[in-house]
Amino acid sequence: MNFIAALGRFVLEICAEIGRLCVFIKDSVWHCFAPPVYPRLIFDQMVRIGYNSLPVVGLTAFFTGGVLALQIYIGGTRFNAESLVSSIVALGITRELGPVLAGLMVAGRVSAAIAAELGTMRVTEQIDALATLSTNPFKYLVAPRVIAAVLCLPLLVVVADTIGIMGGYIVGTKSLGFNSTVYIKNTVDFLEFDDIFSGLVKSAVFGFIIAVMGCYHGYNSRGGAQGVGRATTNAVVSASILILSANYVLTSLLFSS
Amino acid sequence: MSEDLHIKMRDVRKAFGAKHVLNGINLDVPRGQSVVIIGGSGSGKSVMLKCILGILRADSGSIQVNGREVIGQSTSDQSEMLQHFGMLFQGAALFDSLTVWENVSFGLIQGKNMPRGEAKDIAMAKLAQVGLGSEVGELSPAELSGGMQKRVGLARAIAADPDVIFFDEPTTGLDPIMADVINDLIVKCVKDLGATAVSITHDMASARKIADKIAMIYKGEIIWEGDAIEVDASGNAHVDQFIHGRADGPIEMDVLKP
Repeated sequence: MNFIAALGRFVLEICAEIGRLCVFIKDSVWHCFAPPVYPRLIFDQMVRIGYNSLPVVGLTAFFTGGVLALQIYIGGTRFNAESLVSSIVALGITRELGPVLAGLMVAGRVSAAIAAELGTMRVTEQIDALATLSTNPFKYLVAPRVIAAVLCLPLLVVVADTIGIMGGYIVGTKSLGFNSTVYIKNTVDFLEFDDIFSGLVKSAVFGFIIAVMGCYHGYNSRGGAQGVGRATTNAVVSASILILSANYVLTSLLFSS
Repeated sequence: MSEDLHIKMRDVRKAFGAKHVLNGINLDVPRGQSVVIIGGSGSGKSVMLKCILGILRADSGSIQVNGREVIGQSTSDQSEMLQHFGMLFQGAALFDSLTVWENVSFGLIQGKNMPRGEAKDIAMAKLAQVGLGSEVGELSPAELSGGMQKRVGLARAIAADPDVIFFDEPTTGLDPIMADVINDLIVKCVKDLGATAVSITHDMASARKIADKIAMIYKGEIIWEGDAIEVDASGNAHVDQFIHGRADGPIEMDVLKP
């Protein structure tokens, strides 16, 4: 009987959490469009989320492109399909690895930072202070982060795509013996606009997930330093899982059409 | 003739799950007076204050400010009401990412759309009013001592010349001398503005200094209220135990006896 009661409480708590998250997402989206807008805060967040993430995203993309070229070459030699290395690297990076890896890296970096910042503001009553100063915390704290993340992730993915393909090119031409001109020609000929566009659409959704999960867990954190730590962990874990889940759903939708 | 009430609370209740924090609060705050709410930790003081401000929504009852109902009011009405309020938080709650003067002028710039230059002049004047020099205005909150942070918090609370100022444990964590400095500043600022003040504290020295009226909250109810000078002869065993800081008495603390 105790087990059933515990299970029931767990299910009710899950339902309540989903409900709270839905309300939070609704409020976040509403405040992104309703005035006033804070351009300076959005720009500050774009620098923190986008510009400051460039090194980590660039390095990840470079090595992923290189490893991809090596793996495809090793697999391709079994079927005499080595010539497909450049095309598959470009396709893999633009459609999947660019947006997903950039999303996961930024989730680790930015979601945690947002949750820690807002969590600290919550436990030190700074969010309550905002409200008493006639400033809506959603508009001032949440909306600029969500807008900045949605705008920045596609830009980061463009960079990741470029560097990832370049990583594959360097490994392909310097280590695997491909002709430079042929490698570039194959890449350009094979890539279609939809391959890049689908990655950008995905990354905008990932940006939304990263910012919202960071803000949600930080905004609702409780219990001092331990609560802030828990919020940070939850933000990264939930953002990462949601990115991978959303990636599957978006891939199904984008490529079925 | 009935008293001119600035804040009127009737049967205000608030629970968090099964925990009932406010159990029917009734309180009158006359205009222009300084009312101090005393009570132990966990008695519901901060929740009561947050319900008046609208940061927390009371479950039932009535809270009127200037005759207007606070419970259930729209966000725009709440925002308009808060423009007439100032609040000094327990830990000052200064924004880490802003300089001291930006903290003080935050409500003027964001809430009242005042140009930054004009707001900065007012911020510096308010900082001077709480005994801080203009050089402090350019520092970040992390560079200030606890007492200075409280003074900056006070300057922020009075920056927009509010009608009502709330003080949440204004002297907690300060040494006795700095606590007295803050008490003097509170009395001076409230008098200068002609504002109504509502403070919550468990520091009796502070309560005696800043209060016109004192009310005691216990288990989510106001169990005694009267003029500050009457507190020593309240005839209420709970109040007597609290103001003398005795462990024995009708107030039971959640502490296991050894």
